Amino acid sequence: MSGFAGFTLRRAVGAVVTLLAISVIVYVVFYATPGNVAQITCGPRCSPEQVHQVAQQLRLDDPLYLRYWHFLQGILVGQDYSTGTSVEHCSAPCLGLSYQSDQQVMQVILTKLPVSLSLVFGAMVLWLLLGVGTGVLSAWRRGRFTERALTGVTLAGVATPSFVIGLVLMIVVCGQLELLPFPEYVSFSDDPEQWMWNLLLPWLTLALSEAAYFARMTRASMLETLAEDHIRTFRAYGVGERSIVGRHALRGALAPIIALNANDFGAMVGGAVLTETLFGLPGIGQELVHAVNVVDLPVVVGMVLVIGFFVVLANAVADVLYAVADRRVVLT
Amino acid sequence: MSLVQVTDLTVEFGDLRAVDGLSFRLEQGAALALVGESGSGKSTVASALLGLHRGTGARVGGAIEVAGTDVQEASDDELRRLRGAKAAMVFQDPLSSLDPYYAIGDQIAEVYRVHTRVTRRAARARAVEVLDRVGIPDAQRRSRSRPHEFSGGMRQRALIAMALACEPELLIADEPTTALDVTVQAQILDLLHTLREETGMGLLLVTHDVGVAAESVDEVLVMRHGRVVEHGPVADVLETPTEAYTRELLAAVPPVDARRTTPGGLSEAVARDGGAVLPGASAEDVEAVSAEGGQAVSSVDGEVVASGAVSGDGGVVSAGASAEGGKAVVSGRGEAVAPGAAPGDSGTVSAGPDALAAQVGFSDASAEGGGAASPAAVTETARRVSSGASVDVVLEATGLRREFGRGKRAFAAVDDVSLTLNRGETLGIVGESGSGKTTLGRMLVGLLEPTAGEVRYEGHARVGVNPAVQMVFQDPVSSLNPRRSVGESIADPLRARGERDEKRIRGRVTELLERVGLDGAHYDRYPHEFSGGQRQRVGIARALAADPRVIVCDEPVSALDVTTQAQVVALLGELQRELGLALVFVAHDLAVVRQVSDRVAVMRSGRIVESGPADEVYDNPQDPYTRQLLAAVPALDPQVAARRRAARRELAAA
Repeated sequence: MSGFAGFTLRRAVGAVVTLLAISVIVYVVFYATPGNVAQITCGPRCSPEQVHQVAQQLRLDDPLYLRYWHFLQGILVGQDYSTGTSVEHCSAPCLGLSYQSDQQVMQVILTKLPVSLSLVFGAMVLWLLLGVGTGVLSAWRRGRFTERALTGVTLAGVATPSFVIGLVLMIVVCGQLELLPFPEYVSFSDDPEQWMWNLLLPWLTLALSEAAYFARMTRASMLETLAEDHIRTFRAYGVGERSIVGRHALRGALAPIIALNANDFGAMVGGAVLTETLFGLPGIGQELVHAVNVVDLPVVVGMVLVIGFFVVLANAVADVLYAVADRRVVLT
Repeated sequence: MSLVQVTDLTVEFGDLRAVDGLSFRLEQGAALALVGESGSGKSTVASALLGLHRGTGARVGGAIEVAGTDVQEASDDELRRLRGAKAAMVFQDPLSSLDPYYAIGDQIAEVYRVHTRVTRRAARARAVEVLDRVGIPDAQRRSRSRPHEFSGGMRQRALIAMALACEPELLIADEPTTALDVTVQAQILDLLHTLREETGMGLLLVTHDVGVAAESVDEVLVMRHGRVVEHGPVADVLETPTEAYTRELLAAVPPVDARRTTPGGLSEAVARDGGAVLPGASAEDVEAVSAEGGQAVSSVDGEVVASGAVSGDGGVVSAGASAEGGKAVVSGRGEAVAPGAAPGDSGTVSAGPDALAAQVGFSDASAEGGGAASPAAVTETARRVSSGASVDVVLEATGLRREFGRGKRAFAAVDDVSLTLNRGETLGIVGESGSGKTTLGRMLVGLLEPTAGEVRYEGHARVGVNPAVQMVFQDPVSSLNPRRSVGESIADPLRARGERDEKRIRGRVTELLERVGLDGAHYDRYPHEFSGGQRQRVGIARALAADPRVIVCDEPVSALDVTTQAQVVALLGELQRELGLALVFVAHDLAVVRQVSDRVAVMRSGRIVESGPADEVYDNPQDPYTRQLLAAVPALDPQVAARRRAARRELAAA
């Protein structure tokens, strides 16, 4: 792969440009919206003087472009913040300070990110296994009872909201059968085994409805591949159905699976709010909803940027996998 | 025991009976061709031999025995053991017939391992061996390539290698060369010939191209509508066909080594059409031909005019006819009489010898029979010649160059091409795929901007699309919008010109539809309701809508069956004659180009390697590439085919 270095470079530049664009849009959308940020941050009981002081601290009187410039500076070289009495240094990739807690946004994100990534990675493994497996099985057993049954199940999976699945799982597995304790997040570095047991239900919750989409898509694109001419060639040469489905048809169906997976992975990092809330997982999604509610703008902007980063990253990885799966694809 | 024994085979897809009571037999090591036009059921038969219809919903009746296996009764496992091991199939489109994701050597090895209990390594070695056998250079390395890294010809070789892997007794080749260029086609046919000589395997060749059959087999079975029309040794069927349909099929194949019939090859095609129509042709054919204004040509006692009857005697025809101005007696085989108008060149000859080449064009009307338009056409021709003493150049291209890609990847698809097109003449442009002929055509029309050089229309340089220069596209299916009625498509150029009056538009479109031999009432029909030939007529009507002086036809007939092809070519000729159009006829088919063109340009790698009057180029080719092309054209006569094969070997050795 001679063009790989060039590809990485181009993608990196593209990612930076994308993230810059996202930051501009998010910044403008959130900071230019009406509403007295200083008042909200300070609290309802603040006097006008206090509000004014907060506004100065937050540089709310500066023009928007200047504030954006400071924001960018913070990301690139870090920044010093005065919190009234002391001066705090926020080092290089600095996304600012939370209005609410005065914590550095980067710190907030870094504490939440492992939770979200744990959730999404594990769920992804499950949804790929379940979804692609079901899809392959339906394509192989096409026209028979197995396929019809699986089609019904996946349709039900697509139609059921994830919080319903999660709730049912929790009530049945933890409440009735008492197979697992009610989940509580344990970090991987503390206790890998507990980490897994506690995340099992959230993973299943997130994966089941997602797997249904993958099953449907895998089945559809495999059936499409099975109708292609090269499949006819292998039939005409006596190659067995198992090999035709498992080797040739699945290979042709990989590209859309990779593409869908990249999208979903990126979106789930910040978008698994329902599952996080249901199982009390302190992840990015939950924190983002909270930050929006209290108008903690630096946290919102920082999180949107981080989520954007993961979407861009997931898609770049998908492009590489694409090229590995299909040698006709030229990385540019 | 025969290698293949098919008895009373029927295949039905729903209500459609694709194959109807077909029986034939193929002995060990023999070669049989199933020849027919699209929809004749020939490929369906090929698939049935391997039981490929099983599980598709098609109903197969009758008995099929291939290499000792009763295909109808065999279990799935028995069928798998037959497929690939005893009977192997080579498909039409070698790109889509190979899995794009796996290396070619791996795919062959996989097939080999299905039938033999050998290790992966041994199977891989076998793959390299057969790839080497079919002439893939550096087979060891190339076996690791994926299909897209191979050229069309190499892919077809790879498919043949896959077929050879298990040393089958029977090779079924379904249109093995249809997607290939003529020189590559010749190589593949030669390869099949050699392999058959060496291995003694039987060959069942499915093809629409009678020439390909003549090159490759001992026996021919002509199919139509799922039934046998004629079956016999190749020499007998091709030289003395007993069935009318076979004659029609043969007549529709333009001969590459015959001079363009003087005057006007296109009108001769009409004659052939007319001839073909008489005996039991389908209703559509009759409609199509009569709508073209070409009445069937028949002799006094109703004998059909065979192809070549009109040809070769142009001199006689014009001499007699110009004197009489009345009936022309054609004596090609001494049996056909063409009643009707004078050949169009009579006036021309006396009027202006210099203008002959340009004016003769398609002005002949004799072959058409008593077409009312023909005397008018003659006068028109004569008038034009006498008034304009010099030849008018309508379209002139100088130093045309077109590059694609930028920087290091830039390459010139067309490189320094200059040509002129005279009023009313046909310029043929031949070349293989990738020669730049389509790019050139598009630049002439103004669809593509040249990188360098210019196109002048009637002496004026033009940028962009010129209404006076129109195009007819190759694929009549994809060049019409499936969601718009054909009438609307044809009306596009009118609307583009600013015509707003719906009534006038409809009137003009109806007129155009009738002009190209379709029913004017078909305005509101959609493209899928038409056959390929009819769709191409719609395309022509659309080109005519702008009242062009020049039409660039980019492979206008290559997607059509031979008989339809002849009809469309005839239509173009007739339009040219009546409207005084100049045509640029871009095609890869050397024979078709010869039959329609006054002058020919041969393209290779973006350049014109040879150009001149059609007969000069074809009869006495100067450039080695032209010679190579001509040697590659399959001949209808098996003996000629054998001679050409020898000639190709010489050219290849040289």
